[in-house]
Amino acid sequence: MTRLQRILIWIFCAGVALWLVAPTLVIVPISFAEKKSLAFPPDGFSLQWYANILNSPDWSGSIVSSLKIAAIVAVVATVIGTLAAMGLAKMKAGPGGILRAILITPMIVPGVVLAIGIYAVYLDHQMVGTLVGYVLAHSMLAIPFVIIAVGASLAVFDTRLETAAASLGASRITTFFTVTLPLIAPGILSGLLFAFVTSFDEVIVALFINSPTLKTLPVQIFASMTRDSDPTVAAVGTLIFVLTSFTIAVGLWLGTRRRRS
Amino acid sequence: MDAKHRGAAVDIRDVTKTYGTFTALDKVSLQIEAGQFMTFLGPSGSGKTTTLNVIAGFTDLTAGEILIGERSVGNLPAHKRNVGVVFQHYALFPHMTVAGNVEYPLKLRKLPKADRARRVAAALAMVHLTDFAHRYPAELSGGQQQRVALARAMVFDPPLLLMDEPLGALDKKLREWLQLEIKRIHRELGTTFVYVTHDQEEALALSDRIAVFNKGRIEQVGSGRDLYERPETLFVGRFIGESTVLTGAHETRGDETAIKVGDQWVGIPGRPAGAGPQALLLRPERITLARPGTGAVAGTNRLPARVTEAIYLGSGVKYEVTLADGTRGIARMTLADDHFALGDPVEVAWQKHEARLLADDGSSLAAQSGEDK
Amino acid sequence: MPKLLRQPAWLVLPAILLLVVALGYPLLQVVIRSFTDPEPGLGNYTWFFSRPVNMTVFWRTFEVAGWVTVLCLVLGYPYAWLMTAVGPNMRLLLILCVLVPFWVSGVVRTLAWVILLQDSGVINKVIMALGFEKVRLIRTQTGVIIGMTQVLLPFMIMPLYAVMRGIDLRLVQAARSLGARPVLAFLQVYLPLSLPGVFGGAVIVFILGLGFYITPALLGGPRATMLSTLAQQQVLQQLNWGKGGAMGVILLASTLVLLAIAARFTRRRYQISGGSK
Repeated sequence: MTRLQRILIWIFCAGVALWLVAPTLVIVPISFAEKKSLAFPPDGFSLQWYANILNSPDWSGSIVSSLKIAAIVAVVATVIGTLAAMGLAKMKAGPGGILRAILITPMIVPGVVLAIGIYAVYLDHQMVGTLVGYVLAHSMLAIPFVIIAVGASLAVFDTRLETAAASLGASRITTFFTVTLPLIAPGILSGLLFAFVTSFDEVIVALFINSPTLKTLPVQIFASMTRDSDPTVAAVGTLIFVLTSFTIAVGLWLGTRRRRS
Repeated sequence: MDAKHRGAAVDIRDVTKTYGTFTALDKVSLQIEAGQFMTFLGPSGSGKTTTLNVIAGFTDLTAGEILIGERSVGNLPAHKRNVGVVFQHYALFPHMTVAGNVEYPLKLRKLPKADRARRVAAALAMVHLTDFAHRYPAELSGGQQQRVALARAMVFDPPLLLMDEPLGALDKKLREWLQLEIKRIHRELGTTFVYVTHDQEEALALSDRIAVFNKGRIEQVGSGRDLYERPETLFVGRFIGESTVLTGAHETRGDETAIKVGDQWVGIPGRPAGAGPQALLLRPERITLARPGTGAVAGTNRLPARVTEAIYLGSGVKYEVTLADGTRGIARMTLADDHFALGDPVEVAWQKHEARLLADDGSSLAAQSGEDK
Repeated sequence: MPKLLRQPAWLVLPAILLLVVALGYPLLQVVIRSFTDPEPGLGNYTWFFSRPVNMTVFWRTFEVAGWVTVLCLVLGYPYAWLMTAVGPNMRLLLILCVLVPFWVSGVVRTLAWVILLQDSGVINKVIMALGFEKVRLIRTQTGVIIGMTQVLLPFMIMPLYAVMRGIDLRLVQAARSLGARPVLAFLQVYLPLSLPGVFGGAVIVFILGLGFYITPALLGGPRATMLSTLAQQQVLQQLNWGKGGAMGVILLASTLVLLAIAARFTRRRYQISGGSK
């Protein structure tokens, strides 16, 4: 490859990277706008939109709901998904492959179709706007991510270690907690994180099953964006952006540090 | 690991294991005395590892019974058998240090902390790894890892220690040194050892007794010397050590049996072994090579052959010869003996009673030359 | 423990139950309603396929998903290649650029595009500063495609990278040493080897694109409606469960047909490569 071609590819990819990251950053200055407008660049500086997050029950309430639902979903989906991944890993290739394909389906079913169906069922059973309703739907959506993450860890897990533990006197349960679990913990952790984010970000089903008393943050953002030009959206977005970036950075830092030690 | 203690006897009674229509173990019976070093020897797929797994409790048996000490363990899950196991691929817990690995079985047995520390230190000292206690398995060499595995398997004083090709993944030098280590540890502990290998030299070097496995059955049990000098089946004779095997039509002549090799008859004292085809097995040291027509002695058989290979071994010379009917023969001569060159016509001579007459079970030549290693 | 209780299938049971309750049963409801609401029969489907408006939206959905797939491929292929060709630190940075937007909520990212693409937004300001006419981007198909491409690009880059990382570069060098010019070596050796990644990424992006909701709903207007939005409106605004359900079933069926074709293609590819060994 010539020097020129190399330089061109570098410029092209730098452009792609910029296009991936930069657009999202416009919300940061908007969140400090002085006037109630989404115009860019904004005029002046104020923290009123951040204050509004705390003061407006619509915003603070939906954030709390989202965190609560996502936390429960993370635990439920991780437990159920980890069990399933372990079962799949122990099953024969044929039936195991079919079951695995079935368990991954929530990823490929278009969100709106699911949302319509879930809404229909929840209306029949008075589950619209209930915590159980959200947790059930979001856990189902999160399970494939947990199965994939934990499955990847189990694929490289040496099952002979379980045999060794048994020979040393460990029962199945003890073996699981002292050998298997610590060794697949990275997979479970990333499954937990994926499940949390899946629920925290989920908007389509939530749009259908929300109620004025229980609605999640994405629904509130969506509603705010279709209703008016309130920079509070940008403030919330900035907070999410900073928090997720921080989490990823810490995760990567821990990952590289562990590899070096 | 406190005081020297006796190991447990193992009694395997008619153990059968089938997988669908495949019979992995066919009514295997074997008694192992307390404190003995028993080796299961055989080619891959012969059932030796399956037998070990059945004793350890990793594999359910289809029929039969196993006793460790006085206790029948057939229905006991692996973790309740109190049997130490050393695996070929070490199976060390990568998330625990060397000390953590060795301490693991003691923690499971809820020993007090001070007691655990003392035993871990003693076990690591026994395998010369005291300085490595705080390393992780990934930071050790293969030989060191296997010594950790050994320490972990014996630290809780199991009356029986099972080893499944523990040195299979190591190079020759290291293997020979660890063989000596294992033998020393066996002497010091007095535990019953069951050792699985496909390497007959390893089996001969280590064992009190050897059980030779073939096709899911035990062919013969005995000391290395028994198996080498008095093999009961052709398979055992070929698998252990080197040999020359002569086959052909046979007939009984008085108190001798005669076998036709090429167009010549050779005799051996005794009756045929069974009704089927017979084979005559000769060890290399029992054969003398002579120039044709020299030094005929009464009571010897002589067959013409040609030298096809001569290998200098330091202590002597190993000759490969080809007999008139194409059979390959092996003879080992001292340096003081006559020397032959490639292509020399020779006579293969042996005293009649020094051969062994066995039923020809059709066992392969691959086993003889150890090519299945 | 009895043997039956030790079967690994028991571990999978809770997940299957959850799926039956929260996925299977609801989907069944959608199908049933599409055939029974308001009256039994194929009415909802004949309605859908007889209305030109619906068909426009139907084909537009495929068109948009197709464009997004092509754009993702064009942008993602060189990017994924570069990820395999640089040192570890640079690679980490490139991966981070893909992962960060992947983790940041889709709603938030769409919000950013609304700000950028609006009539008085940054892009239009730049265009006008350069002396051109103001371009209408928000509430147009172009706007939707731009936004969706950015949101879906990580789904293209990841499978591409996974496959490219496994390609033995010595094969390309071998082709070069045998006299192939660089372009030829790329076309005849590297490109065919990277095809599984291209294929995997394209299928994922296209399928996700077909069912996309947020970005089209916020960036597209009435003139850029996609099937998902239409189905949602039928159910939530018009309370037409049958019609909305029928649209959902059509969307789901399209996805499944596509997946089936994709599965067939990959299988045939494997057979060819297996046969030539």
